Amino acid sequence: MNIHEYQGKQVLREFGVNVPNGHVAYSVDEAVEAAEKLGSSVTVVKAQIHAGGRGKAGGVKVAKSLEEVRTYADEILGKTLVTHQNGPDGTEVKRLLIEEGCDIQKEYYVGVVLDRATSRVVMMASEEGGTEIEEVAEATPEKIFKEVIDPVVGLSPYQARRLAFNINIPDELLGKAVKFMTALYDAFVAKDCSIAEINPLVTTGDNEVLALDAKLNFDDNALYRQPEIAELRDLGEEDEKEIQASKYDLSYVSLDGNIGCMVNGAGLAMSTMDIIKHYGGDPANFLDVGGGATAEKVTEAFKIILSDKNVKGIFVNIFGGIMKCDVIAEGVVEATKQIGLTIPLVVRLEGTNVERGKEILDESGLNITSATSMADGAEKIVAAVK
Amino acid sequence: MSVYINKDTKVIVQGITGGTARFHTKQMLEYGTKIVGGVTPKKAGTEVEGVPVFNTVDDAVKATGATASVIYVPAPFAADAIIEATDAELDLVICITEHIPVMDMVKVKRYMEGKKTRLVGPNCPGVITADETKIGIMPGYIHKKGHIGVVSRSGTLTYEAVHQLSEAGYGQTTAVGIGGDPVNGTNFIDVLEEFNKDSETEAVIMIGEIGGTAEEEAAEWVKANMTKPVVGFIGGATAPPGKRMGHAGAIISGGKGTADEKIRVMESCGIKVAATPSVMGETMIEALKENGLEEKCKTH
Repeated sequence: MNIHEYQGKQVLREFGVNVPNGHVAYSVDEAVEAAEKLGSSVTVVKAQIHAGGRGKAGGVKVAKSLEEVRTYADEILGKTLVTHQNGPDGTEVKRLLIEEGCDIQKEYYVGVVLDRATSRVVMMASEEGGTEIEEVAEATPEKIFKEVIDPVVGLSPYQARRLAFNINIPDELLGKAVKFMTALYDAFVAKDCSIAEINPLVTTGDNEVLALDAKLNFDDNALYRQPEIAELRDLGEEDEKEIQASKYDLSYVSLDGNIGCMVNGAGLAMSTMDIIKHYGGDPANFLDVGGGATAEKVTEAFKIILSDKNVKGIFVNIFGGIMKCDVIAEGVVEATKQIGLTIPLVVRLEGTNVERGKEILDESGLNITSATSMADGAEKIVAAVK
Repeated sequence: MSVYINKDTKVIVQGITGGTARFHTKQMLEYGTKIVGGVTPKKAGTEVEGVPVFNTVDDAVKATGATASVIYVPAPFAADAIIEATDAELDLVICITEHIPVMDMVKVKRYMEGKKTRLVGPNCPGVITADETKIGIMPGYIHKKGHIGVVSRSGTLTYEAVHQLSEAGYGQTTAVGIGGDPVNGTNFIDVLEEFNKDSETEAVIMIGEIGGTAEEEAAEWVKANMTKPVVGFIGGATAPPGKRMGHAGAIISGGKGTADEKIRVMESCGIKVAATPSVMGETMIEALKENGLEEKCKTH
């Protein structure tokens, strides 16, 4: 799960990570009020959307007076920002972060991520702050330093010092940098983050070490024990259908095509998309109904697929293991009864309770094309929507 | 021969009184798996499908002599279940549970360092040695005894591959689902090493998906060490970057973990990669033919 920058900074502040003072604003008046409260000579007006690359898209402005705050807030609020991360449709700005400006001496990068190769959390740092870390990794990998963290010990002070020395933080700010990194790691672990990225981390003229930006992502699997983080979710940033799917623990991703897919298992669901493409079709979604799906969940999944107006046909591809074919069949029948089905439906069933599943579909009298394999199913659905 | 498990492996089921565990305990017993006990706190003295239930893994192991466990415990308690099984010094722990918080798995992995227990999973279908024993949730009937080793990050794609092989008449030794999470117990290389040593296994199919670099590392290992042909498949070639495709581990981020890159590395290491998921079986048969193993591996 993603949250906004201002929310991320609030979370980090609780753990002692140094962040600039700032307030969220939902309107131009609130923005001016926030700037008045801050009383700083320079104020930064920052669009709050989940995608990165806001600065380049015109979503970050530096104001030198309250009048300028008003002008910029008015300009950015309601604007659709198109960045390299959020696709051609962009995202409408509904919230601003009004933050006090600071005297930046130098920009750095600090990030905490899970390293799959070592199964440990890793803190990365670089002197090349402000730019995309992927670009730094590509062009000058020697400028990224990493510390692998033992979960029993946590980030040791010597590791934080080594990072700080490697990225040439001035000696007089070493203590503050170590405190910053330690607090960042503590927040990462305590809040079940999957990414905690500070880009840039800055040193200032008044000798501070500050997080100028903050990108926090959280492990969806841990949200059950992070209720205060779960509350920070901004549904306005998410796809309607994905929101609906998440209510039923369905793993759904919206795509641009016209063939709705319902599959069990993530690997098979991805491969079903691949094979539809292979036969010249275009999937409308990724949907993994999961292992423990009930007929009710399958019904909901079907409704979500059908709520996509682009969908011209549906391919159900099930290889039952923990998922039982009869449960899928019941769900399919129930859903089509509830909402009616006017578009082609191709079903391929295999695995646990497959005979019972096929019986249920046959007895339903519904107009269902059955497929003998996933290739057969993909070919049939692609032909049907053409 | 087979890898990790055979018909004599004694297994306990952790979380046996849950609905899913009950169903699959029955299925495993029907397949012939030696399920000797179950564990659910406060349910000692009861039975599930005629299998005695114990309060702790320790009690279950002492009473039954089990050497393996399969975990169906809900995600919030699954890490604890793995640690309990490790502490009881089981040889093998197979964790079926999905949605375990990744920080829990980081701790579990650290705890298991230097211990004798092998963890398979989490978020996996389990391990099956055809016609001998199945520990997990895979549909047993698709598996036939033979000479192909199967290792996969995805449960349902494993079924797909096995089904294609069996339909074509090529049985399997053992199928190992290593799971779709970013932190797991057993990786591709661990399983490839076992198949390389196993006298019954003649060839291996390795099924990966987008995200991480495990497939690339495994491919390099194959090039350097493997004496048997390996074919592969990567799911998610058409997945958009930045979107998590169901599995916590299946995401293309920062230009890393794409199917194209994985396929490129695998092919450069001599692994034949199936172009679509529906030709995984055919691709294996081609590789067997090229290596003169077709006759030997044709089992039915």
